[in-house]
Amino acid sequence: MNFDRRSLIKGGAALGLGASAGLLDYAKAWAQASPFKAEPNARLNMMRWKRFVEAEDVQFMKLVAAFEAATGAKINITNESYDDIQPKASVVANTGQGLDMVWGLYSLPHLFPQKCLDVTDVADYLGKAHGGWFPAAEKYGKSGDKWIAVPIATTGSLINYRIAACEKAGFKEFPKDTAGFLELCKALKANNTPAGMAFGHASGDANGWMHWLLWTFGGNLVDANDKVIINSPETAKALEYGKALYDTFIPGTAAWNDSSNNKAFLAGELFCTNNGISIYVTAKKEKPELAADMNHAYMPVGPIGKPTELHLSFPILTFSFTKYPNTCKAFIAFMLDSPNFNPWMGAAEGYLSHFLAEYDANPVWTADPKTTPYRDVSKRTLTPAGLGTLGEKAAAAVADFIVVDMFANYVTGREDVKGAIASAERQAKRIYR
Amino acid sequence: MVHSTLDLPATRIPARSERTAWQKLRVSRNWLGFWYMMPAMLILILFLAYPLFLGVWLSFTDTKIGRAGEFIGLENYEWLSDDSVFWTSVFNTLLYTIVASIAKFVIGLYLALLLNRHLPFKAMIRALVLIPFIVPTVLSAIAFWWIYDSQFSIISWSLRQLGWISGNINFLGDPWNARWSTIFANVWRGVPFIAITLLAGLQTVSPSLYEAATLDGATPWQRFRHITYPLLTPIIAVVMTFSVLFTFTDFQLIWALTRGGPVNATHLMATLSYQRAIIAGQLGEGAAISTAMIPFLLAAIGIAWYGLQTRKWQQGGSND
Repeated sequence: MNFDRRSLIKGGAALGLGASAGLLDYAKAWAQASPFKAEPNARLNMMRWKRFVEAEDVQFMKLVAAFEAATGAKINITNESYDDIQPKASVVANTGQGLDMVWGLYSLPHLFPQKCLDVTDVADYLGKAHGGWFPAAEKYGKSGDKWIAVPIATTGSLINYRIAACEKAGFKEFPKDTAGFLELCKALKANNTPAGMAFGHASGDANGWMHWLLWTFGGNLVDANDKVIINSPETAKALEYGKALYDTFIPGTAAWNDSSNNKAFLAGELFCTNNGISIYVTAKKEKPELAADMNHAYMPVGPIGKPTELHLSFPILTFSFTKYPNTCKAFIAFMLDSPNFNPWMGAAEGYLSHFLAEYDANPVWTADPKTTPYRDVSKRTLTPAGLGTLGEKAAAAVADFIVVDMFANYVTGREDVKGAIASAERQAKRIYR
Repeated sequence: MVHSTLDLPATRIPARSERTAWQKLRVSRNWLGFWYMMPAMLILILFLAYPLFLGVWLSFTDTKIGRAGEFIGLENYEWLSDDSVFWTSVFNTLLYTIVASIAKFVIGLYLALLLNRHLPFKAMIRALVLIPFIVPTVLSAIAFWWIYDSQFSIISWSLRQLGWISGNINFLGDPWNARWSTIFANVWRGVPFIAITLLAGLQTVSPSLYEAATLDGATPWQRFRHITYPLLTPIIAVVMTFSVLFTFTDFQLIWALTRGGPVNATHLMATLSYQRAIIAGQLGEGAAISTAMIPFLLAAIGIAWYGLQTRKWQQGGSND
């Protein structure tokens, strides 16, 4: 087993893990000291989202190998694209076989909370050991009083923009409010250097920015009692703003999926979008001149006057029907232990942002200032439930793209404001009945 | 001691009226036939009838993924009857099926007639025609996804180079563009199946019929109308039944190209059912959408059944 150069420099070396033998020794010592003991000869099947940053996956597989060597367990990892995780996990939950663990997206565990193993002990242990959980972690991980999943990390959905194009459009600094953002997008369009964000069924990008848009104008799908309140003047204002943005966007955003903006940005056709750090990571390798001309910014703040970002969280769940519950718990604890998690975050180059306070100190957040905004996304993120309870209903509403379709229906002219809101309200009421 | 054969119980043959039920079953030809049918019946029950009835049953419940539901009668259907997205998907499915099936038939028949003639490199051309059908659907869908990409489309690029258009064509971002684009991709993929099957049918038509008709002074159109078409009717019925069923239940192409977007403009009943049942976890509602496809499919099968009826003239009688 070998470390690659980048992960060594960014993480492992900093923590004294200078060689693979070091990682294995640490893993063995960890396995002996850990309160979570793997069952003998455990065989786990785990599904995770398919990597966007190669080095992250390489480092993750090293971590898996060290765990296997230290505990004697075997973990079979399958990778699926964002969109395929949920259906496959749902089928496993329904049939009760096939996988032991799923490292998925958003509120996935809340689609079938009764099929998730209670991992409160692991979450408590990790919280105490690593400086405590950020508030969003509890919202993502807990169902009632118990933890049904452990939020591993978040990938930020922040603004990615080209510096020169924004300066040419008259903005030395990226605008901090929605009014300025619209002006920027108009100017970018006029200069033939357009912005663009997904209006299609893009699980990560579209859900991320359209929930921000709804909330930043004061609109909400449900209130704190899970009563549907989407039909409001605030929602109408958000729709009007969305339409004004859409008119400035590059054509085709209604059909975009999660990879469309990455492709267009890297091809030099798109100059401002919302995304994780993956565009920047790829650009650094393949198009350094583009990487030098790009930067990141928080989503602008609207009339509500405070940040309302929704970032893409990755919780890991263990199915209650697993034969090896302790191995699963041990593996989760192992993943988030500092000598593993620090180099892993380093390898991810800002794509994975932590939920545990201790990891604010990871050098990845300060080594390159363009990465720094992503450090705080787990602190800033709301959950897809908005004001309501993050549970099955909220998970179903996000999975069914209610908010995304509402905006897309209006901006593409398929429905007027009232019609778009009414369709969303009707669908939401069905789910929240 | 003298034994007569009749005294030996082991070799005694029971009279017909004394046979046990088991012995009767062992020699019964009907029962034997039943046993031979058993494997096929089990396969049909296990893999066709059971899932079908389970699907229909689920549509009357509020089952969610990971949680058993309760019987709620027709509530799912009532909800769908007032759901504009569902009706859009019904409209899309019918449009997709009707337009694509007609286009596939016309082009497929034309190709079959061409390929039935004496052409140079006939075998190679026939093999080439099959290519769209051989390529896995998802692969061809991904190829079309690039062809239709809003920024990187080869079609848009070519037209721009020719100076015919100034901006890219929004193939999948505009509802009607997206509908026609997906229909085109389906036609491209489905034509070879129809062409090759009809070609097989054409080759069973005896050349002597054409010779006789030619001697009688029949025009090419008359030869097609009165010889080719009637003799091809049964195979057209079969091939079009399959084509309509495949098109009506298409899923892969739409899912890989548009996921039902933009704004649900290309959702077929199959993709909407998947979206609601598996992605959003509402199994009962998804099952209701699937069940709503059954009447349409039965109608298609009914039409084909009628078309498959053997005409009397084909067996030497007069057609009435």
